[in-house]
Amino acid sequence: MTIATRELRASFAFVERNFNLTKRYWGWEVAWLVYSIAAALAVAFIGVAQDDPGLLQVLVIGTIFWNYLSIVFGFIGETVTWERWEGTLEYTFMAPIRRYTQLVGSTFFAVAYALIQMVIILVVMILFFDLEFTGGNFVTAGVFILLGSLSFVGVGMMAAILPLLYVERGDQMVFVIQSIILLFSGVYYTTDVLPEWMQFVSQFSPGTYVLNGIRGGLIHGTPVTELLHNVWPLVVMGIVLIPLGVYVFGIAERYAKRTGKLKRVG
Amino acid sequence: MIQVMNESKTTPMRAPARQPLRRVGPPPPGEQPALLIEHATKRFVVGRKRKSVVAVNDVSMSIRRGEIYGILGANGSGKSTLIRLVSTLLTLEGGRVEVFGHDVERDEMAVKQLINRVSVDAAFFKKLSPHENLAYAARLYGLDARSARAEAIQILARLGIGEKRLSRPLEQMSRGMQQKVAIARALLTSPTVLLLDEPTTGLDPRSKLDVQTFIEEVRDTHDATIVLTTHDLAEAERLCDRIALINDGRMVAEGTPGELMTMVERDYGKEPTLESVFMTFTGKSLDDDVDEDKDDD
Repeated sequence: MTIATRELRASFAFVERNFNLTKRYWGWEVAWLVYSIAAALAVAFIGVAQDDPGLLQVLVIGTIFWNYLSIVFGFIGETVTWERWEGTLEYTFMAPIRRYTQLVGSTFFAVAYALIQMVIILVVMILFFDLEFTGGNFVTAGVFILLGSLSFVGVGMMAAILPLLYVERGDQMVFVIQSIILLFSGVYYTTDVLPEWMQFVSQFSPGTYVLNGIRGGLIHGTPVTELLHNVWPLVVMGIVLIPLGVYVFGIAERYAKRTGKLKRVG
Repeated sequence: MIQVMNESKTTPMRAPARQPLRRVGPPPPGEQPALLIEHATKRFVVGRKRKSVVAVNDVSMSIRRGEIYGILGANGSGKSTLIRLVSTLLTLEGGRVEVFGHDVERDEMAVKQLINRVSVDAAFFKKLSPHENLAYAARLYGLDARSARAEAIQILARLGIGEKRLSRPLEQMSRGMQQKVAIARALLTSPTVLLLDEPTTGLDPRSKLDVQTFIEEVRDTHDATIVLTTHDLAEAERLCDRIALINDGRMVAEGTPGELMTMVERDYGKEPTLESVFMTFTGKSLDDDVDEDKDDD
């Protein structure tokens, strides 16, 4: 068996395991899905209340795609936390697999899970609201989902080291990062309504470019070629943050082994 | 050969050796040890005052292929830290650890292929069934999940767990059963060095007996070297070819159970039991051992 086949099989271990966990926690899965749908509808109804179809589109896109991106980020960021909760962290870290194999497996599952939930919420939105995306450029939306996934995987990998370094507080830090990205990325508004300093910070959030790109494509029908100023930051973030995330994760793992933090159960 | 360690000085002592049934004792010159630990040292910084605590202090041992090597010590004595150092879950401050000639730090991936560990708390996804947990383990170790499943059924049947139970969540199983599944999971990967970190602690007498019998069976049927940490002196006497006593991170004595018992009778005039051995070398009774349970190993 080649190393690649072996690592691929091992990365499938995480996909299958997470799928089995999702099955076993199906009650929670239903609860979270209901909450996500309710939250998306509640936000979208603000647009209805304002009798503003443009606002409705901005809100629907924001809520659906933020849900997708935050799931991808959360799943990867909580890779270590899950194992701590279950008490399996040492077992997984003792297995003869590369750390990127684990992160790749977690990423595959996160993206698949988030896509399924995104489609369900989208269908519900279409059933509730008279959404008009005629003239929308769906290729642009697809490209930005892909690029957004890569950049959020990178940020998620960087965040995943926090629960390794800080046993008690790491997961809370991941949650705070997620909240900050939500605030600064213009999920329910465009970033130009933010105070100047917040607009400056929003340039560093991949969410800003993903949502700008998807809105540009779906609402205004803008092709990707005219949105390159939103494309390149995402490409750079993906290219830099993913390998950097794996590298930094390795450093954090060595630190955890030196200080005995793998043992601690959260 | 029996050894009593006094501070950093090692004093080999002569004693009538129990006739070994298998190859027991340190590997002779030229034979590669299954597990070699030389001057292993591990410190942790603990608490707000960042106090440095030496968990493992200059420990050396050489374990022969096929041996069951017991590590006895009170809670907090450093047994589990030593096991974690071998398991690549901790890095060394000093000294070296080799598994069949592979250094645990320089050749970590090779070591991981050779070892497996069963910890005191069966580390499972408790919501998942034994089948699902074992499939996860099989894939991590590059095994075919289907054949691993068939083998797991066989192993668990020998441990008295029927196929019907294997699809229910592990959380519905007793701790004894969970521990048996943990041992089956470890054996699935055919480790050449099996690290059993207090595998019977907290089990009811029946489950304890089942697990002990199974360890003996593994010794007889698998080409595995077993390192066993335990609090149970009867278990150590029953299962271990040689025993090391660890106290406050240091190894204070090493030998076959027979050698150690003979020595405390001969040199200290005490009853030839492992309890006497334990108390003589650690200065602690088994009751102290239980009281100190709050500390980490």
